[in-house]
Amino acid sequence: MSAASDILRYPEPKILPAGDQALVVELGDGVDPALNDRVHRLDRLVAEAALPGVVETVPTYRSLLVAFDPLATDADRLAASLRRLASAGGGPGERRGRRWILPVCFGGAHGEDLEEVARRTGLTAQRVIELHCAADYRVYMLGFSPGFSYLGGLPEALHLPRRENPRMRTPAGSIMQGGAQAALSPVEMPSGWHLLGRTPIKGFDVRRDPPFLLAPGDRVRLTPIDAATYDRLAAEADRSDLMPDVEEMA
Amino acid sequence: MMAALLVEAAGPSSTIQDAGRVGYQRFGVSVAGAADPLLHAAANALVGNAPAEGAVEFTLLGDRLVVEAESCLVAVAGDAVVTIDGQPAQPWRSHRLTRGQRLAVGALRSGVRGYLAAAGGFALRPVLGSVATHVRSRLGGLDGRPLGPGDRLPLRLEQAPERIDAALDPAGLPRRGTELRVLPGPQDDAFTAAGLETFFGQPYRIGHEADRMGYRLDGPPIEHARGFNITSDGIPPGAVQVPGTGRPIVLLADRQTTGGYPRSAACWRRIWRRWPRCGRESRSVSAG
Repeated sequence: MSAASDILRYPEPKILPAGDQALVVELGDGVDPALNDRVHRLDRLVAEAALPGVVETVPTYRSLLVAFDPLATDADRLAASLRRLASAGGGPGERRGRRWILPVCFGGAHGEDLEEVARRTGLTAQRVIELHCAADYRVYMLGFSPGFSYLGGLPEALHLPRRENPRMRTPAGSIMQGGAQAALSPVEMPSGWHLLGRTPIKGFDVRRDPPFLLAPGDRVRLTPIDAATYDRLAAEADRSDLMPDVEEMA
Repeated sequence: MMAALLVEAAGPSSTIQDAGRVGYQRFGVSVAGAADPLLHAAANALVGNAPAEGAVEFTLLGDRLVVEAESCLVAVAGDAVVTIDGQPAQPWRSHRLTRGQRLAVGALRSGVRGYLAAAGGFALRPVLGSVATHVRSRLGGLDGRPLGPGDRLPLRLEQAPERIDAALDPAGLPRRGTELRVLPGPQDDAFTAAGLETFFGQPYRIGHEADRMGYRLDGPPIEHARGFNITSDGIPPGAVQVPGTGRPIVLLADRQTTGGYPRSAACWRRIWRRWPRCGRESRSVSAG
């Protein structure tokens, strides 16, 4: 996990080999909004350029993985095109982000680690909830499991290493924290992050188009709900397409 | 009644697989798809299907199926013991079966995975463009889970090509290898020179933790240059990931899309695709 002082922006993009069917364009190292913006800008440029042989791209904190069909292009030619795009200024305008207000039932069976996070940070459970609800989280990337959203902007008072023993199962809809990050995990999965609460909103639902709620660049705010409200909203989300409140950002 | 293959008994890990769920890694969705694309395509070819059609992938031991259709054409790719109504039958060729006939796919005599394809494929609803099963995220196939007794695999007979018998000689398939060609990177600089020398010079053995997600390798640990955490980024197919233990993990079809352990190298395409057939004792060789 990088502190602000560890952010590294390379003067030139690094094009790194990743086997013979992928290249990685690395623009820097660390977790930083401006660096992440550059990755997503490059991602849009690559999509617009429709380079032959590109199969799909995976934008992350600080790099873009470009998967290609080695029978349709060769790595050197693709690397040259990517270097040109990564070095070019400007590009398509920013996607206008949204700010999602996610209702979260904190603690108890919905967030087993809330008390432990409070104990280890020397705060009360109520204060931990307040800090999470005051944060204006930024979605840096989706990865690991369907719709799993990496949220940056965890207040420093809450930074804690991950659990020593990862859990084999964490419930769908979990709001978690690990290191300097928070995350929403829409599907059940193994995880070593601390469980704080659950949202009844489905971050991934194949019945919905698009199936994924959050997108990189979006903001997320958490708002506390009680267990009865959670149950009511969860039932509604199972029946229909329950969407959270959202604000368009300028 | 719906034309189907009824699963009477399932192997330990049988799933529906196609060429994978391409285009959704950016949303955290694993590609999945056939662990051994060549054998998968071979099974489909034997019944006249397109190479990417959904088929049953079995691991070590196959499934026992009963035909619930007037007639269907099936084939097994893999060096498996196959019987039809208790009589020995050949893998690597198509078989015309009629209602009530029982196809039993037993143990593989070599290799780890085999495939059973039916002409026309299976009438399953694609999820995000694919019927590939990803058990960890419960996507695709039969509600995202392995086959079990009582399951019905609906046959898409109306799309079955007109086809006479077909067979192939498995001697023509690429041999099992013991050398794994890899390309160093993207984080080969996260290891010491001695660490990379170990990786490229020492033999590794596929460990007991080996599934569709990845193979843990047993062998000398690879020395990291500075810790074992990187800023999480994308994971290419065949990536060789080295966590804190220094023991490499080769990441395969069901791999997670992103991760925070450094990758020393990634397997050469033709090799990672052949991993399921590699010998247990293998040595990495730089192709760089």
